[in-house]
Amino acid sequence: MSTLAELMPLYNYWITIFLMISGLYIVVARGNMVKKLVGLSLFQTSVYLLYLSPGKILGGTPPILAKGFEIYSAPLPHVLILTAIVVGIATLALGLALTVRINEAFGSIEEDELFKPEITHD
Amino acid sequence: MKLDVILRVSVKFFLPFMLLFALYVQFHGDFGPGGGFQAGVIAAATIVLYAIIFGLAPTIRLVPPIVVETMIPLGVLIFLGVGFLSFLTGDNYLNYSHLAHDQIHGQELGVLLVELGVLITVSGTMVAIFYALADRGRS
Amino acid sequence: MVLLTLMAVVTISIIRVRNLFSVVILSSIYSFLMASVMIVLDAVDVAMTEASVGAGISTVLMLGTLYLTKTTETVPAHSPVLPLFVAIGTGAALVYGTFGLPPFGIGNTPFHTHVSAIYLGSSIPETGIVNVVTSVLASYRGYDTLGETTVIFTAGIGVLLLLKRFSKSTKDK
Repeated sequence: MSTLAELMPLYNYWITIFLMISGLYIVVARGNMVKKLVGLSLFQTSVYLLYLSPGKILGGTPPILAKGFEIYSAPLPHVLILTAIVVGIATLALGLALTVRINEAFGSIEEDELFKPEITHD
Repeated sequence: MKLDVILRVSVKFFLPFMLLFALYVQFHGDFGPGGGFQAGVIAAATIVLYAIIFGLAPTIRLVPPIVVETMIPLGVLIFLGVGFLSFLTGDNYLNYSHLAHDQIHGQELGVLLVELGVLITVSGTMVAIFYALADRGRS
Repeated sequence: MVLLTLMAVVTISIIRVRNLFSVVILSSIYSFLMASVMIVLDAVDVAMTEASVGAGISTVLMLGTLYLTKTTETVPAHSPVLPLFVAIGTGAALVYGTFGLPPFGIGNTPFHTHVSAIYLGSSIPETGIVNVVTSVLASYRGYDTLGETTVIFTAGIGVLLLLKRFSKSTKDK
C-alpha cells in the first residue's frame, strides 16, 4: 500500500472532493428533507477526511506515546475532528426533530409539495 | 413466538457486557483510544437496544425520563464546576495543576472529572432524544 | 486505496436510491467504511467515535424519524442540470487547490512541526497522560471540550422542546 500512496499522492484528496461535491449535490438537488440531511452529513464526513489526511505520516503510529516508537501522527486534527463529529450529530438530531414537526404540521416532507402556492395557512 | 424468545434471551446476555465496555472505554481513555464521547454513546446504545427488544414501557420503568433529563445539564455543571474549583486553588479557569498534591496527579484528576461530565451529558442526551422520538409515534 | 473507492461507490448509490430506508442503511455502511479509512490513517480515537456515533446513534435517530414520516422519496420535479453544474464547478476549483498541498505522508511539513510536536513532547512531563489526544482534548484545549458539551446540551434541550409531549396540554397548533 505504500507504493500506491507514492504513485497517487493526491488520490485521498480527490476522493474527498468527490464525496464533498456529491453531498453538496444531494443537498441542493433533492427535495426530500431526510435525504437532504443525509447529504449534509455526507458533506461533513468528507471534510473530516480532508483534515485527517495531511496528519498521517507513512511509517508512523497513532499518537499514543509508547516505548519503542519514534514517529507519531499529528494529534491536533484528531481533537478537532472529534469535536466536529459530535457537533455533526447534534445538528442532525435537531434537523430530524424539525422534519418530524414539519411533517405533522404540513403533512409532507417533500420540498415541492411544501412550496406549492395553493397551500393556505393562517 | 419463538423468534421473540431467542432475541430476548440473547440480548439479555449481551447488555451487561455492553455497559461494562462503555465503562472500560471511559476509564481507559488515558491509555488507549477512548474517552467520554465514545463511552457515552455506547452506554446510550445499550439502553436503546433494551428498548427495541423489550418495548418502551419496561425501559421507562428502568430508566425514568426524569432521571435522563436531569443527566443532561448535570454533566455540563460538573465540567463548569471543575473549572471553578481551579479558581479556588488560585489558577486560571480550567487549569488543573493544583487540584491534588502535585501537578501530574492534579492533571489526571481534572481529566477524570471532565470526562465523567462528558459521559453523563452525552449518554443522557442520546437516550432523551430516543425517548422523545419513540414517544411521539405512540399517541 | 480500495476503501476510498468503495466509499465513492456507496455515495453514488445514496444519490440514486429512492427508498429512504435503504438510504439510511447505506449511510450506516458509509460510516463504517469511513471508520476503517480513519484507522488506516492512524486516527484511532476518531475512528471509534465515528463508528459509534455515525453508524450507531445516527442510524437509530434516522430510523426513528422515518417511522414518524414516510419512507419513499418522490421523483424530483425540476431538472438537476444547474445543481450538477454548481457541484462540478466547485469540485473543479477544489481539485485545482489540491495541487498546492504537500505530498501525502511526509513528516516535515508545517502541519507536523509547529503545534503538534509541542503537544507530543510535553504531554507526559506536564500531564502524565499517555494518550496525547485525550490530554489535548481535556487539558490543553479544555475550553473547546466545554463548548462541545454545551452544544450537545443545547441539541438535547432543543429536541426535547420540539418533540416531547407534555401530558397536561394538547398538541399545540
